[in-house]
Amino acid sequence: MEFLNSLLEQMSTAYDLLAAGWGVQLLWGIGWTLAVTSVSMVIGAVLGSLVAAAKLSHRARLRFLGESYTTVFRGEPELLIIYLFYYGGTQVLTGVARSTGSIGPTDIVNMPSFLGGVLAVGIISGAYQAEVFRGSFLAIHRGELEAARAYGMSAWLRFRLVIMPQVLRLAVPGLGNVWQLTIKDSALISVTGVAELMLTANKAARSTHHSLLFYTVAGILYLVMTSISTPIFDRAERYTSRSFTRPK
Amino acid sequence: MSASPAAAANAEPSPDAMAAISVKDMRKCFGDHEVLKGISLEAHKGDVISILGSSGSGKSTLLRCINLLETPDSGEVRVGGELIRMKQGQGGHQTPADIRQVERIRADLAMVFQSFNLWSHMTVLENLVAAPVHVQKRPRAECLEQAEALLKRVGIWERRNYYPPHMSGGQQQRAAIARALAMNPKVMLFDEPTSALDPELVGEVLRVMRSLAEEGRTMLVVTHEMGFARDVSSKVMFLHKGEVDSLGEPKEMFARPPTQQFKQFITNFNK
Repeated sequence: MEFLNSLLEQMSTAYDLLAAGWGVQLLWGIGWTLAVTSVSMVIGAVLGSLVAAAKLSHRARLRFLGESYTTVFRGEPELLIIYLFYYGGTQVLTGVARSTGSIGPTDIVNMPSFLGGVLAVGIISGAYQAEVFRGSFLAIHRGELEAARAYGMSAWLRFRLVIMPQVLRLAVPGLGNVWQLTIKDSALISVTGVAELMLTANKAARSTHHSLLFYTVAGILYLVMTSISTPIFDRAERYTSRSFTRPK
Repeated sequence: MSASPAAAANAEPSPDAMAAISVKDMRKCFGDHEVLKGISLEAHKGDVISILGSSGSGKSTLLRCINLLETPDSGEVRVGGELIRMKQGQGGHQTPADIRQVERIRADLAMVFQSFNLWSHMTVLENLVAAPVHVQKRPRAECLEQAEALLKRVGIWERRNYYPPHMSGGQQQRAAIARALAMNPKVMLFDEPTSALDPELVGEVLRVMRSLAEEGRTMLVVTHEMGFARDVSSKVMFLHKGEVDSLGEPKEMFARPPTQQFKQFITNFNK
């Protein structure tokens, strides 16, 4: 009975804290997390397709560059990459600004935290997306590419009409995976000061001393985001692979 | 069995003396293995040339070198009199001098593949209009109309909104032939069009090909279908180890094989 009372008390405290403004803050945190993840995914898609193309190239030098990219950015801890971009970026920007004399010798130009964060997460996401795109390209039936050549399509037309639609179709399940990884990586950029969900939960936990409550709530919210994305990607997969699965 | 109309048409002096396709002294090596050892071939308008040979004789390579899916090491290809210009590339291998010219010529040489190679993410109808609209830049409405007519002709109009993986091999190959026809090609190249089909589906594809021959289409057909070679084509070319072993009228060739090799080849086939 006492336990039940204490639990009810806890829940009412939790309600008060969330209603007092932390709830809204956490919602904003979700918004920023989704923004960071989406922008990082887009950066990663651009980098990933270039890196995939490099890895599939006939030229040994391009292949080497592509290999290096995926080896480095999949092999290093995400946090290290984020520090490198954020603090390293700040150092580079400051150095450039000082040498051009646009700031004083003791001033500092900070790497914008959102930009530094999404660049770092985007580059990591790109390394994983590159592998997804490369695998998808290799899964295209070679004969279809040959037919595109035999019917007079230029390299651009082959890419636009045959390669891209099929790569996208085949990449959807893999991209769903990368999306989940990227949501989780986005928590790491709380170290740069972007007020996404992780940082907000941290702040709330520290200033209210209710760590258990806020980390649990944040944990549930992350789980909601990652599990909602699964049926969305499943739907996308069903749509894009309709030519294989759904006889009319 | 009387001579096919295609053969009859060919017997008359053609107003267009220019060969639809002419290949001169074509050579091709894969590594150390010389697959084509100087092949020459001429096809005039309305010719249906069956290219026969055992596997490894170079017949598919010959066809693929004509539209430059493979780059020949040396030799000339002319399409409608126009020479495909080549230049010396890296490592002494020649490459096309002007890829635009190659793309333009490929659009005139529609190819039908052994494994159909329809674009699997497009419906049959989309497969038929993709190249005419995007490569030949013809109006979509006109292409769609033609595509529907062609699908009716090959008997799969009901399947126009199907995706290729949902159709039988025979239907896919007929769709692929319709895709080739949609280009209004000057010459059609068939690369073993029935070899990947279940035996009971071969007939429907051969019927379509026969009707194309009868309307005077110019066709190069790499095939193992002896009946088609003998009854439908206007010429038979027999390749052996990368060389033209024999070339002639099909009736004559089959009745009196000109070489020991060809005789052996058809005997093995009839076993």
